[in-house]
Amino acid sequence: MNTVNRTAGEYAHHFENADHEFETSKFGIWLFLCTEVLMFGGLFVAYFLFSNLYPETFVEGAKYLDWKYGAINTAVLLLSSFTMVLGIYYAQNNNTKKCVTSLSITLVCGFIFMFIKYLEYAHKIEMGLLPGEMFSFAEAQSSNLGLYFSVYYMMTGLHGSHVLVGMGLIFWCILRARKGEFNSKYYTPIECVGLFWHLVDLIWIYLFPLLYLID
Amino acid sequence: MSSAVIDKSKNYINHEKGLWSWLTTLDHKRIGILYMITVMAFFLIGGIFAMLIRTELFTAGKTIVDAAQYNQLMTFHGAIMVFMVIIPGIPAFLGNFFLPLQLGAKDVAFPRVNLMSWYCLIVGAAISFFSLFYHGADTGWTFYTPYSIKTDNGTILLVLGAFVMGFSSILTGLNFIATTHRLRAPGMGFFEMPLFVWGLYSTAIIQVIATPVLAITLLLLAAEKTMGIGFFDPALGGDPVLFQHFFWFYSHPAVYIMILPAMGIISELITTYSRKVIFGYKAIAFSSVGIAAVSFFVWGHHMFVSGQSEVAGVIFSFLTMLVGVPTAIKTFNWVATMYKGSIQFQSPMLYAMGFLFLFTIGGVTGVMLATMAADVHFHDTYFVVAHFHYVMVGGTLMAIMGGIYHWFPKMFGKMYSELGAQLSFAFIFVGFNVTFFPQFILGAQGMPRRYFDYLPAFEPLNQISSVGSWTIGVGFLIGLWVIIHGLLRGEKAPDNPWGAKTLEWQTTSPPPHENFYDQPKVTGGPYEYR
Repeated sequence: MNTVNRTAGEYAHHFENADHEFETSKFGIWLFLCTEVLMFGGLFVAYFLFSNLYPETFVEGAKYLDWKYGAINTAVLLLSSFTMVLGIYYAQNNNTKKCVTSLSITLVCGFIFMFIKYLEYAHKIEMGLLPGEMFSFAEAQSSNLGLYFSVYYMMTGLHGSHVLVGMGLIFWCILRARKGEFNSKYYTPIECVGLFWHLVDLIWIYLFPLLYLID
Repeated sequence: MSSAVIDKSKNYINHEKGLWSWLTTLDHKRIGILYMITVMAFFLIGGIFAMLIRTELFTAGKTIVDAAQYNQLMTFHGAIMVFMVIIPGIPAFLGNFFLPLQLGAKDVAFPRVNLMSWYCLIVGAAISFFSLFYHGADTGWTFYTPYSIKTDNGTILLVLGAFVMGFSSILTGLNFIATTHRLRAPGMGFFEMPLFVWGLYSTAIIQVIATPVLAITLLLLAAEKTMGIGFFDPALGGDPVLFQHFFWFYSHPAVYIMILPAMGIISELITTYSRKVIFGYKAIAFSSVGIAAVSFFVWGHHMFVSGQSEVAGVIFSFLTMLVGVPTAIKTFNWVATMYKGSIQFQSPMLYAMGFLFLFTIGGVTGVMLATMAADVHFHDTYFVVAHFHYVMVGGTLMAIMGGIYHWFPKMFGKMYSELGAQLSFAFIFVGFNVTFFPQFILGAQGMPRRYFDYLPAFEPLNQISSVGSWTIGVGFLIGLWVIIHGLLRGEKAPDNPWGAKTLEWQTTSPPPHENFYDQPKVTGGPYEYR
């Protein structure tokens, strides 16, 4: 998609040129994203298995989630993906200042997402809507509503931990971008972190309807 | 490099000095050596556990350890040998060292990731061993629910250790796929790659696709033990069989992570020591990929008696037998390569022929186990134990040993004692058959696996088996002596002592830091003997 044309410049000794290194790095990140998809895949299989076995439980469980929070978070992550792309675009055009601004907005979006997630978690923990054995919500109608919340916490928890890792990586990119390390000839780290961030975003786009919008 | 005066006394071993330079190295050859040391240390520990198990089973009832200790020994023998020896054994040790060399590359695609994978293995192994001092895990390496949920919390440490070691495997696989795709020497297409590379490439695909599923399975098991999430607990609406599905979706392909690179080594050995071009290059290459592909659709054969539907059982049975086809293609091609070759009975070739013999027995008994009606009888007996040891030890370990001897001169620039290596082989080969063949009979007679005790009627065959295991132990100790003696006292090795044709033999022994003095160019196939 983007090619880097330079003959001189820095690249690791085992590559032929910088372009070769860039393309190989991207290939590696795509392979890594495959492993992420398969890791989440296990949880999606569990989700579909249990939602097929206990459809009423899942319909009831989704009622205790506030779709407005989920929708806001979806919008926040979509925006962050857009600013991530802008960050790469500005890096490619040697615009360090705008690159840093775009990446910073992405990072702030990550914070907003995690804050809303925290509000949701805190509310549910207070109500006793906890996973499996710890479930203590008195007014549940389904006998195994705890299982729905196990699925909920495992899926959103694993996703949330990925958001945190992504935020750390974006912060690292911001620090490097501020030093002016990225330009049209070298922006591999932002490109790769960007791909990871888009995957995290994409997984949420599946989680939102599956968990919040069942009924 | 070629313009300056070349100093051929410089190589990857004396390129930098000091322990720190080894622990922070990004050189794939040095990382390979780090893996070699760790894998051999773990093999020693796992081997001692195996000796203790066989010694305990020498007589019915208590012999040297009690039942609880036996369960821990059995668990750790399995977990160490699977996660710390056989899985990293070929790809991360020999593969790391020779994949870039065979491709004519200077390094793997991501050297830092490569080093990180070694630290993942070390950290994961440390966590696992810590479990031994804290109510050691006693579930068997398979961690089956519901027992693994109820037993002591030491199991969590082994589970988390395996989780971290999984990353080591994923990162190695990812690196190898990228290296194979992007760093081949000029002129080397996919069909000019050595067959060891094809084996590693197929393995890497499985490592990348299957291991993440193990990661999530182990995370869920840890969450189940700490928070009681109920995924695998029927009381909370979960399903214990789901754990088996998840676990074997990784762990059956993992069996091919163990055997595919071994088959790659055997292809190298047979063609080199028969001094003849490999028969059916493309058939062997594609059958590696074929095995990798089929491996994802056979996990259900571990669950014939777990309450899986009969229809599913029949399908899994059929698919499992399908694995026999590409495997047999390889075996026949190897035998056809030897036909009318000039065979040299160097010790690597002895191991390769040992592999052919033992792996065939392992493979054929595998087809017996894949037959549903027979498996109902054999399931969870010593027949299964004998079967997978014939594949894993008779197959993979034979290949590792053959590979170590084959590449020893290249790795260290020294020759080993051929007599010692042959003696070691004799002890291992004979001891192996004495240990595990009686277990086929014990299993067919109904002796269940994993138990601390057995019926008195099974005692004679168990004693034969235990004596055999000590013989294997002696064989490996001789092998260790051969390696250490070769390192300290070995004669200087020429660059290509076996007259082999693949690229790693074109550079010096040991290779320089950047592998080749001049970028090799490939003009023909990998095995142009005659």
